[in-house]
Amino acid sequence: MTTRTLTFREAINEAIRLEMRRDPTVVLLGEDVAGGATLPHLEAAGGSEWGGALGVTVGLAKEFGRGRVLDTPISESGFIGAAVGAAVTGLRPIAELMFVDFFGVCMDQIYNQGGKFRYMFGGKVQVPLVIRTTIGAGFRAAAQHSGCHYSVFTHMPGLKTVVPSTPHDAKGLLITAIRDPDPVLFFEHKLLYDIRGEVPEGEYVIPLGVAEIKRRGKHVTVVTIGRMVHTAMEAAEKLSKDGIELEVIDLRCLSPMDNRTILQSVKKTHRLLVIDEDNPRCSMACDIIALVSTQAFDELDAPPRMVTAPHTPVPFSPSLEDYYIPSVDNIVSSVRTLVS
Amino acid sequence: MAEIKKEALLAMYDRMRLIRTFEDRVADLFVRGKMPGFVHLYAGQEAIAAGVIAHLTDRDWITSTHRGHGHCIAKGVDIKGMMAELYAKVTGLCKGRGSSMHIADIGKGMLGANGIVGAGGPLACGSALTAKVLGTDQVTVCFFGDGAAEQGTIHESMNLASIWKLPVVFVCENNLYAVSTPSSYHCAAGEICARAAAYNMPGLALDGTDVMAVYEASGEAIARARRGQGPSLIEARAFRYYGHFVGDPQRYKTKEEMEGYKARDPLEVFKKRVVEAGLISEAELAKIDIRAAEAVEEAVRFAEESPFPAPEECLKDVYVSYPTEGGDL
Repeated sequence: MTTRTLTFREAINEAIRLEMRRDPTVVLLGEDVAGGATLPHLEAAGGSEWGGALGVTVGLAKEFGRGRVLDTPISESGFIGAAVGAAVTGLRPIAELMFVDFFGVCMDQIYNQGGKFRYMFGGKVQVPLVIRTTIGAGFRAAAQHSGCHYSVFTHMPGLKTVVPSTPHDAKGLLITAIRDPDPVLFFEHKLLYDIRGEVPEGEYVIPLGVAEIKRRGKHVTVVTIGRMVHTAMEAAEKLSKDGIELEVIDLRCLSPMDNRTILQSVKKTHRLLVIDEDNPRCSMACDIIALVSTQAFDELDAPPRMVTAPHTPVPFSPSLEDYYIPSVDNIVSSVRTLVS
Repeated sequence: MAEIKKEALLAMYDRMRLIRTFEDRVADLFVRGKMPGFVHLYAGQEAIAAGVIAHLTDRDWITSTHRGHGHCIAKGVDIKGMMAELYAKVTGLCKGRGSSMHIADIGKGMLGANGIVGAGGPLACGSALTAKVLGTDQVTVCFFGDGAAEQGTIHESMNLASIWKLPVVFVCENNLYAVSTPSSYHCAAGEICARAAAYNMPGLALDGTDVMAVYEASGEAIARARRGQGPSLIEARAFRYYGHFVGDPQRYKTKEEMEGYKARDPLEVFKKRVVEAGLISEAELAKIDIRAAEAVEEAVRFAEESPFPAPEECLKDVYVSYPTEGGDL
């Protein structure tokens, strides 16, 4: 398997492309995922190159046709629900929810239908559905296009939640998600789309529920998610110069969650910091701290800490938004308190 | 009527009778405390499920509502499994996890009763999309009520089905009330079927107590969908005898209104017509009545004798697979 460098965006595109080649029941639907449906000048050119609001699915309509890459009206309940209905009747749909903040207009179909069917129907159906959506602040897109909100879905039984941090993981986890028999919410941070990383060619899978230790260290266990993995690694680099070694865990999958890797690390470092770009109340940060406090309390040498966004919507002005997003400085200062 | 074959008429009467007998028995069992929860009964609307579903096979799909027993029975779902589900027993179709509002049987093409009003519309577009992508001739019928007609999901679905030319037939069962709120109040346009024009599909209203009218109109709409010509909307008007749920005192209805229903009972109207026309004898119909009564009693016995699920069953079937410790895959 040869490896080359791809952007996060290209890695996701490749995962979808490979799965659509491999399995004719995989379809993609969402707003502008092909783009410009029915416009004659685009059809003449062999399809649109729009590829979704952030260009992730560019070129797929050209290869697979508009019968499998479906532009939808702005009807999130309609097409997310259609994806659920298609999933229980024989397709493996990938629905794109343009921004996670839009879940407010389709949540019933996600958690009440897709998430509960298997349970309510006595285990007699499968819902092999992926909902890809974008998350994250830093895009100057303001309060209704910038949230993370993955904790909301992680709270819901029946759903699985995945937040990749690298092009390599984005591809492998998305292929796994598409093949998974349960509904998976796949969260893509907008500010990661242009990062580059090594990505093997061809198909590979990364199991759900397995975290990755990005950096070994003995002083503090840092559990983090998505784009914050990169911020945490920067902080770790900085602190290392002062002799403080962070063990950085990229959670990758929130539901199911890799409890064991977190607990084993805490047993070694005896200190826990969670870094989460989501809002703090009823969050992944709370959940991870609850896990460690209830299952490894005696291992802790200091109270666990969290660095998260504040309990506010995402603001617009750059000065406000930059304050909102957990920073390297926030992390460094929190670690210093933790080890002091 | 003359154009409908005798076997089809008998089959529709059989379904209507089984639904009525089932629902009357459930009402009786429910008030006697045999069933936990709530039940929303279909009695009075039998002609709609029976007339529409007569055109479908097990390979076709339906989406249903909180008032779903009639759709299930018409689609051929096993009534023993249904009754056991209402009793919350482990032998229920959903192993006692679903209840009246979530009975599903995918093998029979029944995509689930649904506790969320209007939720079936998008799901119906989904199964229809499956048929379209896989190139089959399967049709989906989306049953929804007059209350659901005011949900955005139904509007979104009718539009989506129309632009994608999906094989869906939208059947609005207008039983005149959304809980206690009359459709004359909640529907701005007066007629729900008038909305078909806005979504560029054929639409018509009909008497939902007349199984032959339902059969004929839905046959055309279903055939159209099967030919790949896209969706239709049928508004079928009927009455729900037991109110919104069993125990609903129905104070929003007058006595005269309730009495008026009797003259238009779908089963009695059907009997009168076919017997007077000399198509079917009373004896033939009586045989069906007896068979329905026996089948329902057998279902009740089965439900009564079945055990409740073991408490720890609560933890099963949330996912197909879910590692709980991390790394255990």
